[in-house]
Amino acid sequence: MTTSPFDSYRPPESSVRRHRRDGGRRPRSWLNREGGGAREAPAVPDAEFSSYYGRAVVKPMPWKAEIPAYLFAGGVAAGSGLIATGAAATGRELLRRNSRLTAMGAVALSGVLLVADLGRPERFLNMLRTVKLTSPMSVGTWILSGYAACAGLTTASEIARLVSLPEHGVQGVAARVLGALDMPASAGQALLAPPLAAYTAVLLSDTATPVWFESRHQLPFVFVGSAAMASGGVQLVLTPTAETGPARRFALIGVATELLAMQRLEDHLAEMELDEPLQTGAAGAKLRLARALAVAGGLGALAAGRSRVVAVASGAALAAASALTRFGIVEAGIASAKDPRYTVDPQKRRLERRRASGRVDDGAVTVR
Amino acid sequence: MGYLARQLAGRTDPATDAGWQEAPGRKGFFTDTSICIGCKACEVACKEWNALPMDGNLDLTGNSYDNTGDLGASTWRHVAFVEQSQERIVAARESGRRLVNLGMPTVGSPPPSPDPTSRAVPAGYGMPPAPAEEHGPSLGDLLAEKDSAEYRHLGTTVEGTAMVGPLPEFRWLMASDVCKHCTHAGCLDVCPTGALFRSEHGTVVVQPDVCNGCGYCVGACPFGVIERRTDSAVSVRKDGHVPDVGVAQKCTLCYDRLSHDQEPACAQTCPTTSIRFGPLEEMVDLARRRVSQLHEQGFTEARLYGANDDDGVGGTGSVFLLLDEPEVYGLPPDPVCATSRLGEMFRTAGYAGAGLLGAAALAFLGRRS
Repeated sequence: MTTSPFDSYRPPESSVRRHRRDGGRRPRSWLNREGGGAREAPAVPDAEFSSYYGRAVVKPMPWKAEIPAYLFAGGVAAGSGLIATGAAATGRELLRRNSRLTAMGAVALSGVLLVADLGRPERFLNMLRTVKLTSPMSVGTWILSGYAACAGLTTASEIARLVSLPEHGVQGVAARVLGALDMPASAGQALLAPPLAAYTAVLLSDTATPVWFESRHQLPFVFVGSAAMASGGVQLVLTPTAETGPARRFALIGVATELLAMQRLEDHLAEMELDEPLQTGAAGAKLRLARALAVAGGLGALAAGRSRVVAVASGAALAAASALTRFGIVEAGIASAKDPRYTVDPQKRRLERRRASGRVDDGAVTVR
Repeated sequence: MGYLARQLAGRTDPATDAGWQEAPGRKGFFTDTSICIGCKACEVACKEWNALPMDGNLDLTGNSYDNTGDLGASTWRHVAFVEQSQERIVAARESGRRLVNLGMPTVGSPPPSPDPTSRAVPAGYGMPPAPAEEHGPSLGDLLAEKDSAEYRHLGTTVEGTAMVGPLPEFRWLMASDVCKHCTHAGCLDVCPTGALFRSEHGTVVVQPDVCNGCGYCVGACPFGVIERRTDSAVSVRKDGHVPDVGVAQKCTLCYDRLSHDQEPACAQTCPTTSIRFGPLEEMVDLARRRVSQLHEQGFTEARLYGANDDDGVGGTGSVFLLLDEPEVYGLPPDPVCATSRLGEMFRTAGYAGAGLLGAAALAFLGRRS
């Protein structure tokens, strides 16, 4: 049906992709593209997709590559802190030194990346003008600051040891203070590391971005697994094999956790018919590569008992897998926010389910 | 409900929760899209009063008469235009009828019963939407002369009144969208600097000089309203300056005007009273009376959006009367403030973090070499 001869000049409605559930339905023209809400009603009627000219309902996060890079760096910092404290407690000198320096470098890089992504970087200190428990970013800023303080102390103590400060004078006092602070700072670093690794999942989930919000029960496990995998991998690269036994085991637990949690995340999103952003496009390619690298790196780490070459290669693969996972998850989320289908469809389905089960009082749409 | 639980979900008075004492009462909009004529005066008035820059270029979108696109950093009112065929009108009417048949509990006190004299006159689709608030000619008068018997096959309204007149073959939906000023505002909850705050009027306002442009609020808004201003914005000032680049921006519900007992620029300029402003309770009441009136006249597709305090955002400060499903206008069908799930998110993250600590312990204690 056309209403004027000029309708033929309209471009075809290409932004509305065919939903996999409505195969076999009659073709839609630009006029009836919205489908209809009043077909024969099964217990839970099909949620029909319609949108406002294919425009996004929610806004995609305006975050650039700095944020997934920070997620990776923060994970490396957190995992390295745990390895450092473990190495300090079990007397593994080289592993302790390398992982402490890694943690410090990664946490410093994290700060730089976070500031660089702000719209007004010169105002980054405004993050510290308030403590706000409803904001995962505020909570995370304080976790990161606390962690950085502990990492700074352990790093200073490590450097003092490296340059072997004289026993007397100001430098001697500094060395003794650092030596006394080493233990508490190390413990603080280990206690702040898990929140640092896990809060970033809440950071992503506490948004209207469909893929992130709906994976809120799996994402923390993916992220802590990824942190263990990455930090263990970095130590496999940096530290001789004689001392990397714990780092290897830590990385292997990380690989298993990440692969399992990622699988559960994908299954859960597939159930909600929201897994497409994770499977397709650049995000899908990154996540597939990440999985392959995690498996390869994990197998390598299992076999890396003696050979330094195998250890370096598998460690690098594990770190790369972690980075790719972070980039893949962030990109999949942004892709899911850009397509209104991923916002509207799951919402319509959950609304229909609630209505079918008799809950009719909690929708945004009312008639009286 | 406790003070803390009330902060994240459920019905509440946001200004009191935010710590305001003797708050002047929550203010809000009622946007009645059934009488919107798509003049965009609200967009212009908003831009002028708030001195907003241009959104960049002046490209045409090809989306009916809507060349604004959507709400954003420099667009705080947006008029949507939707063109629909008869088939879609029927579907919208049916989805509206389905909503009625769900037997939703009424919001607040029960709606006023329809005027008994108006019940006798048939309701019709052949007419434009009835005028609001007794202004202009009455639909009843227009239809009273018609012989309703010949139209009996057209069915009845939700009240059971016979319908007359054919369905139009085509209709235009026009709707002025705006920030919802949610009871539980995702943007406000996640703001890490405190730049977003709850005003004494129950509205959500950005302090541009505090915002550091982290962009978190942009993704946290379930309606896609707030946005960071980019340097693609074009100044309309003589000196060419674009204020607040890199800072999140959105409707303030004209906080500056409210503070001087003025109504927001959009509501004051709206020539058809499609945009109404006032105490939120009055707005919701007005909206409910209007939807009853439209149903009575046969416009079964009329429905309210945001008037339910039990929805995912605890109700909104901007109530809309829509004539089709919300997603047709680009609105989410079941918006949820993500922060309402913050407790379970932090709990899951806590388990994961404890697991990580355990994994590290296991790695070092497992096999001591």
